[in-house]
Amino acid sequence: MTPATPPLPLDWWALGPVLALSAGLLLLLLAELAPARPGSARAPILTLLIFGVAAALAWNVRDVARSPFGGMFVHDGFTLFFTLLFCGIGILGTLISWDYARRTGIGRAEYYALLVGSTLGMILMAASNDLITIFLGLELMSLALYVLVGFRRSRLDSNEAAIKYFLLGAFASGFFLYGIALCYGATGTTNLARMSDFLAASPVQDNTLLITGGLLLLTGFAFKISAVPFHMWTPDAYEGAPTAVTGFMSAGAKAAGFAALLRVVLHPLAGLHEAWGPLLAVVAVLTMTVGNVTALLQLNLKRMLAYSSIAHAGYLLVAVVSGGTDGAAAALLYLAVYSVMNLGAFGVLTLLGREHEERVLLGDVAGLGFRRPWLGLAMAIFMLSLAGIPPTAGFMAKVYLFGVAVRTGHVPLVIVAVLNSVVSVFYYLRVTVAMYMEEPQGEPTALSRSLPGAIALVVAAALTLWWGLQAHALLELAQRSVVGLL
Amino acid sequence: VQLPWLSTLIFLPLVGAVALALLPAAAHRTIRALATAIAGAEFVVSLPLWWRLVPKQSGWQFAEHHDWIRSVGASYHLGVDGISMLLALLTTLLTLIAVVGSFTAVEKRSKEFYALLLALEAGMLGTFFSLDLLLFYVFWEAMLVPMYLLIGVWGGPRRIYAALKFFLYTMAGSVLMLVAILWLYSLQRAATGVPSFDLDAFYALHIPGGVQTWLFLAFAFAFAIKVPMFPLHTWLPDAHVEAPTAGSVILAAVLLKMGTYGFLRFAMPLFPLASAHFAPWIAGLAIFGILYGALVAMVQPDLKKLVAYSSVSHLGFCMLGLYALNSQGMAGGMLQMINHGISTGALFLLVGVIYERRHTRQIADFGGLWKTMPVYAAVFLVVMLSSIGLPGTNGFISEFLVLLGAFRNQWWWAATAAVGVVLGALYMLWMFQRVMFGPLKNPANERLADLTTREGLVFVPLLILIFWIGFNPQPILDRAQPALERTMQLVQQRSGMSGTADNVGAQR
Repeated sequence: MTPATPPLPLDWWALGPVLALSAGLLLLLLAELAPARPGSARAPILTLLIFGVAAALAWNVRDVARSPFGGMFVHDGFTLFFTLLFCGIGILGTLISWDYARRTGIGRAEYYALLVGSTLGMILMAASNDLITIFLGLELMSLALYVLVGFRRSRLDSNEAAIKYFLLGAFASGFFLYGIALCYGATGTTNLARMSDFLAASPVQDNTLLITGGLLLLTGFAFKISAVPFHMWTPDAYEGAPTAVTGFMSAGAKAAGFAALLRVVLHPLAGLHEAWGPLLAVVAVLTMTVGNVTALLQLNLKRMLAYSSIAHAGYLLVAVVSGGTDGAAAALLYLAVYSVMNLGAFGVLTLLGREHEERVLLGDVAGLGFRRPWLGLAMAIFMLSLAGIPPTAGFMAKVYLFGVAVRTGHVPLVIVAVLNSVVSVFYYLRVTVAMYMEEPQGEPTALSRSLPGAIALVVAAALTLWWGLQAHALLELAQRSVVGLL
Repeated sequence: VQLPWLSTLIFLPLVGAVALALLPAAAHRTIRALATAIAGAEFVVSLPLWWRLVPKQSGWQFAEHHDWIRSVGASYHLGVDGISMLLALLTTLLTLIAVVGSFTAVEKRSKEFYALLLALEAGMLGTFFSLDLLLFYVFWEAMLVPMYLLIGVWGGPRRIYAALKFFLYTMAGSVLMLVAILWLYSLQRAATGVPSFDLDAFYALHIPGGVQTWLFLAFAFAFAIKVPMFPLHTWLPDAHVEAPTAGSVILAAVLLKMGTYGFLRFAMPLFPLASAHFAPWIAGLAIFGILYGALVAMVQPDLKKLVAYSSVSHLGFCMLGLYALNSQGMAGGMLQMINHGISTGALFLLVGVIYERRHTRQIADFGGLWKTMPVYAAVFLVVMLSSIGLPGTNGFISEFLVLLGAFRNQWWWAATAAVGVVLGALYMLWMFQRVMFGPLKNPANERLADLTTREGLVFVPLLILIFWIGFNPQPILDRAQPALERTMQLVQQRSGMSGTADNVGAQR
């Protein structure tokens, strides 16, 4: 391959996005030394610039595959895809936070610094080719998110959510770290590529150490992607967190978890597919079923979307179970689509209520569709897309994912998944029922106005529709990004 | 260069829907005028299909083919043959009628109403024109959304329940069909190495018998819910009763036909072995549906429910005809699709007319309407007789052909289904008697206005069609027959059936 830029000793260009985000993080904190006017938009504007620069730097080295730091960090198509995705999530997250954070009194530079910090962690997770760096990325992302979840210090539910998320997350990290130790003990390396070579060379059927280590690793991942039975924290954390943070973490943390999971199970563990495939298939079935059935009972939209995010993790696991580059491409496509539509849905929720109010019950959107037609239309598009109804991106992503699963012989799994989508249609449609077919009881919900929020919603809705009508470009990008992953 | 005729038909109403959405909500007259103009233009644009289609020519006509999602082999492939051309014309005509018929019925949020009606039209036409299974599925399912909103926003007291039930029932059927489509796709890809969702590529595929059974069942389940066939019909009465008049008209006239069309276009030719194998079962369910629908219709106190159950019965005739798997039966089933659209569409409009005046649909609230609304009663009489299948009206031809086809397959199919014809006459005539004749008991009915000019005009094309098809069905049959014949031969050759093949013009 021919480098587009003169080679530097440490591949600085390949590290561009990571360095940009790290520098930006410090800049945001330093900028706070010069006090801004109350209500100033300095921090969010700076944050947008940081994400923009990081994305541009990533795009700049799109054709270069490198792995600095002795192969701990790789810059390949996969990393590029996720860097762009996380920067996109960061940008949408910043836009929906802009006025929401200001009106709820959390819009300080630290808030945005934590957004940047956790995005940095996510990118590290996707770019790691070593269990140690995956763990570092995981911790960086999680620690920032624990704080963000509890950022509304004056609210009890926010504190409670942060404590729960932190305690359970700490346990999961412990499991994960222990898994790394056992895998290291079994294979003598933490590097995924060398681990892969080792496994190819030696039989592993009765390697108890490795199997235990692998299971512990999967447990750690299952926690981060909120797969059953490690999903318990999700509804509480999602409900208590500031709505904009919920949107950001529901998209980002899940995508990062899947990125690292794909790196691990599809590369070193690919040969052991027969061992973890059926296990993950069972987890997938449980995850989507528990998620969807429990979501049916929710009247709080944030909780509803929390269970829906569990269900979507189940669909994504179907892609992981299918394996191979096609399965990975399907997961990438699905993650991109899911991030956009889910951030859009949470973006709508950030606009409900004024000042410190939080109006996120199903009844709070009653009559919204005709009172605010464009906002209603955007929400309807996100709900239909989450339900997987054409012509939206959610449908295309599901079709491609299920198509890959059918082709790899997982028809029963797909049947469970599609029946689950029918169940999910009920609770997504109920939002449209409330918006278009019911009248508000009492005062209709007061709505906040936000130009950045509106921009985020327009972008998200347009992408959701466009990818539903013409998924070709995104699909090709996803397929190109996984070449060389195996 | 051929004009993209079918794309124009799909996108014209969509553009119209967007234009309507941008109008101010208070401009009622402009909204109605624009909606009518677009639906009218759409009908006019669809008419050339009738003249320019060459029935005997095999292959798709007015075809358009563009890449859509290249890497998975999905394409934007449209085309028609005699079958889909007729259904498309039915769609454009009935949508125009539904638009004009809603002028006074829908005052609240009228622009959204008409925009959704037009979006629905685009979805229905797309479903009939698609020759790529992914594209077909997109239209098939996207169409649910406008219909769901029409029922849920403008419907009756239990509209939300009915709308959700409609959506979930149809969706439950469709997702299994989606799995079957993906399965077919992977078989196709394995066999040829070239990914494609194209219908022609799937037609060319040889599918082993055991797999065919599963795939057929998945497709048949989706279509049987839509038809609806007994025992999957329970969403229909709810949806019909709660839907606004225009919604009921479209639902009965076009949406139900998507099920029967699906059998004709997809389930039968794609899975001939399984089709032939399950034919007796489907015919049996169809006959049961005919009798069950008629018996339940008889005891309905609500006019709309009565018409809804009569649909179950009439669609049973459609399915019986198609699965008689001979040319008379299939021609009858095809014609019954058109006829049911015309007469049941008209019946729902008639019920809508009286509901607008009295805000009730209970048969017991009426009686002696002939005295106050003679024109209305006369129109009702003609439509009702066509629904019964009186000779001289369209219904007679199709029911006769269906019974003939059924008789040639199994004589007792025809004998049992004929009981349904008698029952049909019974419940319709009894209803007519209770509503139109007798003394004017209810004082609320004494000052009812007869049909207005606009309402009258709505019925004119339907009445013309009732008699025209009744006296001269040949032009329609000529257009549908070659395509039906091709489907039938495909089923017979591939399934090894023989003995029932017969010449095209046997019923002339």
